[in-house]
Amino acid sequence: MMEQLWLIPALPLAGFVVNGVLGRRVSKAVVHTVAIGTVALSFLWVLKTLSALMPLETAHVERYGTWIASGSLEFALEFAVDRLTAVMLLVVTGVGLVIHIYSVGYMAHEGGYYRFFAFLNLFMFFMLTLVLANNFLLLFVGWEGVGLCSYLLIGFYFLRRSATTAGNKAFIVNRIGDFGFSLAMFLMVVTFGSLDFAKVFPAVEKMPVEAAAGVVTAICLLLFVGATGKSAQIPLYVWLPDAMEGPTPVSALIHAATMVTAGVYMIARSWPLFTHAPLAMDVVATIGLLTALVAATIGMTQFDIKKVFAYSTVSQLGYMILGVGVGAFGAGIFHLVTHAFFKALLFLGSGSVIHALSGEQDLRKMGGLRKHTPITFVTLVCAGVAIAGVPPFSGFFSKDEILLAAHHHHPWMYWIGALTAGITAFYVFRAIFLCFFGEYRGEGRPHESPPSMTIPLIVLAALSLGGGFLPVPHFLDPVFPAMEGQHESALVFVSVALGLAGIGVAAWFYVLRPGLADRVAASLGGLYRLVYNKYFVDEIYWAAVVRPVVGGSRTLLWRVMDAGVIDGIVNGIGGRARDAGRLVRLLQSGNIRSYATWVLLGSVFAIIGMGLAGGLR
Amino acid sequence: MPADFIPSTQDLLRLLPEAVLVAAGTIGLVLEPLLRDSRKRVTGVFSLAGLIVALWAVVVSRAYPGTAFRNMIVVDGFATFFRTLVIAVGILTVILSLHYIQRERPESGEFYPLLVFSVAGQCLMAVGNELIVIFIGLEISSIASYILAGYLRDDPRSNESGLKYFLLGSFATAFFLYGVAWIYGATGTTNLREIGDIIAKPEIRPPLVIVGTSAALMLVGLAFKVAAAPFQIWAADVYQGAPAPVTAFLAAGPKAAAFAVMVRILMVAFDPIGAAWEPLLWIVALATMTIGNFAALVQDNIKRLLAYSSIAHAGYVLVAVTAHSDAGSAAVMFYLAAYAFMNVGAFAVVTHVARAGERRLSLSDFAGLARREPAVAGLFTIFLLSLIGIPLTGGFFGKFYIFKAALESRLYLLTILGLLNSAVAAYYYLRVLVAMYFHEPAAGTVEAMPVTPGVSFVLWFSAGATLLLGIFPTLVLQFADQGASLALVR
Repeated sequence: MMEQLWLIPALPLAGFVVNGVLGRRVSKAVVHTVAIGTVALSFLWVLKTLSALMPLETAHVERYGTWIASGSLEFALEFAVDRLTAVMLLVVTGVGLVIHIYSVGYMAHEGGYYRFFAFLNLFMFFMLTLVLANNFLLLFVGWEGVGLCSYLLIGFYFLRRSATTAGNKAFIVNRIGDFGFSLAMFLMVVTFGSLDFAKVFPAVEKMPVEAAAGVVTAICLLLFVGATGKSAQIPLYVWLPDAMEGPTPVSALIHAATMVTAGVYMIARSWPLFTHAPLAMDVVATIGLLTALVAATIGMTQFDIKKVFAYSTVSQLGYMILGVGVGAFGAGIFHLVTHAFFKALLFLGSGSVIHALSGEQDLRKMGGLRKHTPITFVTLVCAGVAIAGVPPFSGFFSKDEILLAAHHHHPWMYWIGALTAGITAFYVFRAIFLCFFGEYRGEGRPHESPPSMTIPLIVLAALSLGGGFLPVPHFLDPVFPAMEGQHESALVFVSVALGLAGIGVAAWFYVLRPGLADRVAASLGGLYRLVYNKYFVDEIYWAAVVRPVVGGSRTLLWRVMDAGVIDGIVNGIGGRARDAGRLVRLLQSGNIRSYATWVLLGSVFAIIGMGLAGGLR
Repeated sequence: MPADFIPSTQDLLRLLPEAVLVAAGTIGLVLEPLLRDSRKRVTGVFSLAGLIVALWAVVVSRAYPGTAFRNMIVVDGFATFFRTLVIAVGILTVILSLHYIQRERPESGEFYPLLVFSVAGQCLMAVGNELIVIFIGLEISSIASYILAGYLRDDPRSNESGLKYFLLGSFATAFFLYGVAWIYGATGTTNLREIGDIIAKPEIRPPLVIVGTSAALMLVGLAFKVAAAPFQIWAADVYQGAPAPVTAFLAAGPKAAAFAVMVRILMVAFDPIGAAWEPLLWIVALATMTIGNFAALVQDNIKRLLAYSSIAHAGYVLVAVTAHSDAGSAAVMFYLAAYAFMNVGAFAVVTHVARAGERRLSLSDFAGLARREPAVAGLFTIFLLSLIGIPLTGGFFGKFYIFKAALESRLYLLTILGLLNSAVAAYYYLRVLVAMYFHEPAAGTVEAMPVTPGVSFVLWFSAGATLLLGIFPTLVLQFADQGASLALVR
């Protein structure tokens, strides 16, 4: 039975085409009606499809034809839905719809309205292709597509130079990740002769663990390089905080709820590969844990409200990666879902605050806003308790599953994870207290946002509070390998206690004893500066990678291999006679001769190389 | 028997495309002086017609696969593929030039016949089964290209370009011819298949030092023509100085033909000594990619940037040649087709933006292009994304097949370094994208100019082909697969 799965991504694509072609000429109302309408239809189509396919015990595959056939290699144009994809589809279209609606209010006063919505729809198309794909190649198409849209939307405010720079950084860093991903694909083609999930995964299952170890580990590590780029893990996380230069709805949709979780999804999707590569799993778990901790510490010191939440996203992605790394794939995806709710809410809420303050993002210039923007305040607190892991709200359930699985894997991973949970609670409530409590420290008159913005906030707040009761892990049980391990109340108690302690410390520092935080920071001196400056990672990358490459190219390659003579000789165009003189000079200046020397040297090299190689054999 | 000297009809049909092209070129040259200065463009239209007829002739001769003229030429899938490709590039270049030449040098009409001759030479290279025929094709193609590169007599940049191309090109051709002489001396034949047969038999083959040296000499000549390191040095100057449509042509047509020759010589004649040339090509491929990409990082002139990008792309193709397999040859063919379209498209944009006298070639001249001319910027974006290798463009599948072939031939390190190279390459294409979309146009920018119909056609056609190759690569890949295996039939 065909369920016409292709309609799910095709609808937003249609929205992109319509707005891309006609958007300039029609009113804003038409633009956002088209954009929201297509995403809403897509969401409804997901609901209809899933209700028809339930209980979805096995994957439902739809084949639309052969995409590429070359020799023995064949790629089918196939979409598939299993329970994992079903969860992703609901999150992407559901949260996507809410954020589209929010954007109407947020972007109302911005230029390039149609461009914004067209790109947002295009993003939806690629993201849905990514989760529906039934082979790695089609997944990669979506993977690159979302990256492209992300880049275009980060640079949306292109009049701000920093926005352009941030877009570039995102693009380049992700190219490094894509390098890993594509190499992994080539290795899979060579090893398994296919990129179809349905062929690769059973093939791995059949391989004995020992025989598979080398090549499968290599494939998994390379896939993980791709994931570190897209999902902003150490060492490639540096682009995500800068990506906050984009409009806030973009931060919420792409850089919090959906695109950045693609790496987690990809690892969960490839679990048959990863479970055959225990070493790769350890690397994944360790990097995830480290990222969670490092990003959380940076989040404690930032003053830009969006930067705080950006580092929080990096840190929470670290949790998800930790989850899939310790084999708790269901828990990782569960956290992906709850995180999509509360982090989208944190961003949309911060967007509402920024909107209220006409663009101010510095926490030091906020304060006391709970009186002016009560709905935003209440919803942000909902998100705060969810991310802090306060029971019985959504973050508590998903985070605890990951932490327990980590404990089962290696107890020390649990302790670092739990400590990070405490830090998380601290920095989120630090931001909330600085923003909404105390005296208002800015200028201008703050005002609450319009209903098109506050209603999405309320919807997401409800999901953040109650999302933990969604039976996601249970629903995903048939998809993933079973996890053993028991529920240890003591461990749950510790992590909850640390979370509450984090909130308490934040309240003490920023509500009860204002000014204490600055004194503590001052007393920490160098350590504080180190964290505040994000461990100088950007500077280190600049000095160790960017500058040598560009500088090296400039001096070594350019000066030596490329004399740039054309530019030199045409300065000032004179008469023909003088031009002829120039030509003679060109011959005599040694330029041609030096080129000829190169040719000669190269030939000698080639002849010696080949002649000798030929003679020796 | 005298009858032996009269070629059969089939033989003639196998050479039909070259015959059509040479006839069209000759008539065009004779026609040119008879035309009034204001009507010189007629030669362009005439040449276009000639090229289209030649394309039809390719289809005709495809029905008669096999060798002709005593094994001097061979019509196989490989030859048909490259004939089609170089003629298509020729057609696009003529259309692209119609307005350009009218603007820059209206009083002359020999541009188009020369272009047709160059294409004829490249077709001959594609079908050549014998080193002398290949050499003649190479020279026909090259000499016409030298003149085309220096075609704008009043522009010193163009003069310099033509002169450099000529001097260094002749130098390199001499290497090729010298290699031909060596192999003839050693084996007594210039037929590729016979050379291969002799080298394959240890009891009758000449000393491998001599075979290796002659292969190296020929490779030097061909490496120059495809601008592979360390013989890439001319390319930046020549591509920058030549008229933009000519640069589009040089980076696509002659390069594709030279690769066709390289693959045929290596796969047919020197197949048995693969162990000798594979390591050399390994180094050359890596050096070409790396020098091309890193030098492109620091360029501000768009033509020079695309010139270095063209060098880098030749490096990727060399990776596929190094793979030394059917899959590798198919990847070479697919990539060159994909590259031809994205390259011609990119230079069509340059032709449009540079305007009269090609004064606007710096990256800053592209600032704000997206707002002045959204359609042109959008199409340029497609070409640049394809050059980067983003999925759903021809460039992506080109790279995909190249590196797949390389991995299948166990070139692990080269694959990794090649992929890293293409990651670096994203940066300089991105600079162009950023300039177009995210930079304010410089003060005193002139108003947007309408795109001429010729440029517009080339832009849309190339963009369509680039996307088609990216979304339905099978269309071309089937031809490439068939052609690649035919080239190896012993």
